[in-house]
Amino acid sequence: METIKIQGTEDTPKIILDAENEVMEISGRSLPEDVSSFYEPVINWLNEYAEKPNKKTILNFKLTYFNTASSKLLLDILMKLEEMHEKGHDVLIRWHYPEDDEDMEEAGEEYADIVDVPFEQVAYS
Amino acid sequence: MNNKKDVKGFLEFVYEFYKSMKAHEITLVYEGEITHQITKAFTSLTESNMSKDDEPNSVQRKVFHVMVECLQNISKHADDFTSNDYLFSGRGIFLVSKGENEYSVTTGNAVENDKIEYLTELLESINKMDKEELKELYKKQMKEGRLSEKGGAGLGFIDIKRKTGKELEYHFLPISDDTSFFLLTSTISRSESEL
Repeated sequence: METIKIQGTEDTPKIILDAENEVMEISGRSLPEDVSSFYEPVINWLNEYAEKPNKKTILNFKLTYFNTASSKLLLDILMKLEEMHEKGHDVLIRWHYPEDDEDMEEAGEEYADIVDVPFEQVAYS
Repeated sequence: MNNKKDVKGFLEFVYEFYKSMKAHEITLVYEGEITHQITKAFTSLTESNMSKDDEPNSVQRKVFHVMVECLQNISKHADDFTSNDYLFSGRGIFLVSKGENEYSVTTGNAVENDKIEYLTELLESINKMDKEELKELYKKQMKEGRLSEKGGAGLGFIDIKRKTGKELEYHFLPISDDTSFFLLTSTISRSESEL
């Protein structure tokens, strides 16, 4: 399966979706000019991956900032993972947040409330 | 401005404008079209100023959040209609001020009068909500809402109120029979304990 590697910029996150090496990560800042088209390849990749996922799927979020438009797309991504979980696949979300950032911690808690998928919060300094 | 008197008058105006900015502690003011590039430039300028001033991280993050949502509101809505009036078509005003105790972010753009009722109801209902209610509304809107054609998620006002913990102040001033100028200001406390 094709690997997605997108370098982060000041307004778009770094994205790695590498099924072969089992690395899945979305990190940095997210306020793209056009959120839908920015995240479209991610959603497409996940749709394809969900057909034949690895034994265990861990998706790491390590965002320092995201705008409200991105929050909607992040939920779409999490819902894809939820679908996989519902089909019996082993899925885990790791939500990394700066230890002094209560809002980012709370954002993780809220997503964990909305989607039914194993969710781990990880503080970092 | 083709004679000496006009030039002098204009320069005097600039000085008055400068004094008035100082009196209102305005650190950034912009009039014109708000694009994504402008949003990036203003947020990074304000960020570097805040970090130079050793503003706490939490304050910096909140100011950043509010600025982005306010700027995106204008960029997504300012051109909702076209006005023949050069003053108000597809443009807006954006300003940031820094007082002793708080930052404030203010936007202004023209809206059609038939949007006033909707905006007033929306802002009033958000202003009345407590932390828990806002959280539930945000989650609901994220789940059920759809992105508009321009990429708006309908979450901006809710997010601003949640991040600042303060009511959104707003005002409508008449432009013509069918349009008004919509002003909105959000304040962010500079003291961490209030956040």
